[in-house]
Amino acid sequence: MPTDVERWKDEVYGEEIREHLFEFAAAGWDAIPDDEHDEWFERFKWWGLYHQRKGQESYFMLRIGTPNGVLEPGQLETVAEVADEYARGPVDNPEFGAAYCDWTTRQSIQLHWIKLEDVPDIFEKLAANGLSTKQACGDSWRNIVGCPVAGKDTHEHVDAWPVAEELHETFKGGDEYANLPRKWKVSVTGCDQGCGQGDINDLAFEPAEKHGELGFNVRIGGGLARKEPRFARDVDVWVPEEKVTDVAAAATELFHDHGDREDRYNARIKFLVDEWGADKVRRVLQEDYTDWELETAGDDLRDQYTYNAGGDEHGDHVGVHEQPDGNYYVGLNVLVGRMGVEDVQELAALADEYGSGEVRLTQRQNVVVTDVPEEELDDFLAEGLLDEYSPDPHPFMRGSIACTGTEFCSLSIVETKNRQVRYARWLKDNVDVPEGVTDFHIHLSGCTASCAQPQIADVSLRGMKTRKDGEPVEALDVGLGGGLGEHPQFADWVEMRVPADEVPGYIRNLLAVFEAERDDGETFREFVASHDEDALQGLADPEETDYEDPYMHNTKTTWYPYADEDDLGASPAPTDGSGEPLSVDD
Amino acid sequence: MATRLRLLDDAAWVSVNDTREVGTSEVWPVAESFCPCELAWLVVEAYVEIGVDGRRVEARARGHCVTCGEAGTTGWLTVGRVTDDGFERARGVRGSRRGSPASGCRGEC
Repeated sequence: MPTDVERWKDEVYGEEIREHLFEFAAAGWDAIPDDEHDEWFERFKWWGLYHQRKGQESYFMLRIGTPNGVLEPGQLETVAEVADEYARGPVDNPEFGAAYCDWTTRQSIQLHWIKLEDVPDIFEKLAANGLSTKQACGDSWRNIVGCPVAGKDTHEHVDAWPVAEELHETFKGGDEYANLPRKWKVSVTGCDQGCGQGDINDLAFEPAEKHGELGFNVRIGGGLARKEPRFARDVDVWVPEEKVTDVAAAATELFHDHGDREDRYNARIKFLVDEWGADKVRRVLQEDYTDWELETAGDDLRDQYTYNAGGDEHGDHVGVHEQPDGNYYVGLNVLVGRMGVEDVQELAALADEYGSGEVRLTQRQNVVVTDVPEEELDDFLAEGLLDEYSPDPHPFMRGSIACTGTEFCSLSIVETKNRQVRYARWLKDNVDVPEGVTDFHIHLSGCTASCAQPQIADVSLRGMKTRKDGEPVEALDVGLGGGLGEHPQFADWVEMRVPADEVPGYIRNLLAVFEAERDDGETFREFVASHDEDALQGLADPEETDYEDPYMHNTKTTWYPYADEDDLGASPAPTDGSGEPLSVDD
Repeated sequence: MATRLRLLDDAAWVSVNDTREVGTSEVWPVAESFCPCELAWLVVEAYVEIGVDGRRVEARARGHCVTCGEAGTTGWLTVGRVTDDGFERARGVRGSRRGSPASGCRGEC
């Protein structure tokens, strides 16, 4: 039997949702019938709008999809203007202020506290500058990810940006691919470092050579969510660049027809690949969805993959790097991917002043300013903004990633971003960095949805609860040794339900053991791999330290974790288009 | 009048009459043979099924005991009641019922 969501999608989905969205926006939040909330909130996702969590009714998260993370000149300024005008909530965030932008692990942008009534104006401003929220969420082609410096990278075999751009133009909008069984995440990699992260996507194009020609091998069925992580499987297909869109269409149609629409928890294509195996996926793709002979896989370049491989790398693109045209790109570290809106405005102005105005977003929640001439580099690097968003950050600041968390997200179990900021600062001040380590990845995800991609970090943190001193407290499961590279590896979960205030002490103890016991030149990932599960569990103990965690209580039961009065009953939501509380009886 | 029950957000919430009412991440004391502990302290990670029996809203939850680590799926536990004033969440120790609710489902009831 089809799920409620499938029934709702059959009734109204895709482009046509916009018309209804605008009608509700004109009439006001409370024009949405109470008994239709679930179905409309589900549909609004297709247009990039997530209804925020309990206690924040009438407010939305808005996601802007920027293919391959590319923000063309002028677009970042538009994003900053929209955030400044529309993304302000009833209470400031103590770390980031009143308005801010989030750069996500899928090279997209998220704004919060968006009111439904403002959506038409926001869409108009975005569209006027070539930006859109279309299909940023929902059961469709999501934002296409790839190497964030595609076309500007000296490590490149194929310039993947035109490929990603064509996929974006082909598969965003229209009815044919609007309604898939579940989300559909696509990655295009053109470089020799593997920084498109194809291994964790539903559909991945990775550089490969055949007949002396550079093209792409195809992998299908990767993903991290639901404690069911999978690496994308090799389906033994190579495509030349000009056929990528055709193969993508064929794979999408296969998913459209064969994905499980009766059980959303089994709907991602990774489960279909589990069931069928890669051979059958290829056979069905060939027999039912293509009218030409698929080439078998070419020689891939995975043995050169260094991105997030645990060794000496520049895979996060932080730092100063020369482009093939002699200009430079400068990757700036953004702790947990969040920037206050004034900083975003300044970044846009600096990109315009020193570079081409283009800014790119990475899958490590950082930003890259491109096209800086050599003669401008010193002046750019001396700008005050780069003191905070450094091209040469401390390893613990550099490696910290966090998802949205209970601040806004319905799924998350724990507070994340502000906690990870506090972790990074405490680790920087209190823990010696092991020799040779320049980039230590700590990813904090609030739940099993894995938006912070915890399974591919050196230290993986996942939201959980436990009891401490008889009281329920926020806690984290801890995993070790995840990463990508030629031989990707998901983290082993070794410490479960560690109270959140004991995690920094655990990491300190763990790194002390690593430093004391490692072989010469051994990376942290290699060190973890050299231990079996029992040994990993005995490596270090959680410990209370002078680290203080203000979010130990159940932040999910607050209306906003940082409000002075945070009880659900103190929430001003729902509010009208002016932000004034609406009476429940209205 | 029918009660509209749904699991939303990848089974992180039980929606009752189009309002997210009971979420995951809570730690419940559970008096059933979920694990060897006399009283299980269950951290709820996802809901598996929901149902309604009269005014009583019930759910089967997946999670684990934070005391002993045992993981699994509970029997039917009462998570709240639909009253004339809205939904009232269950509090205190949860116990499982012997049978299924009158109307159990994964979607609309």
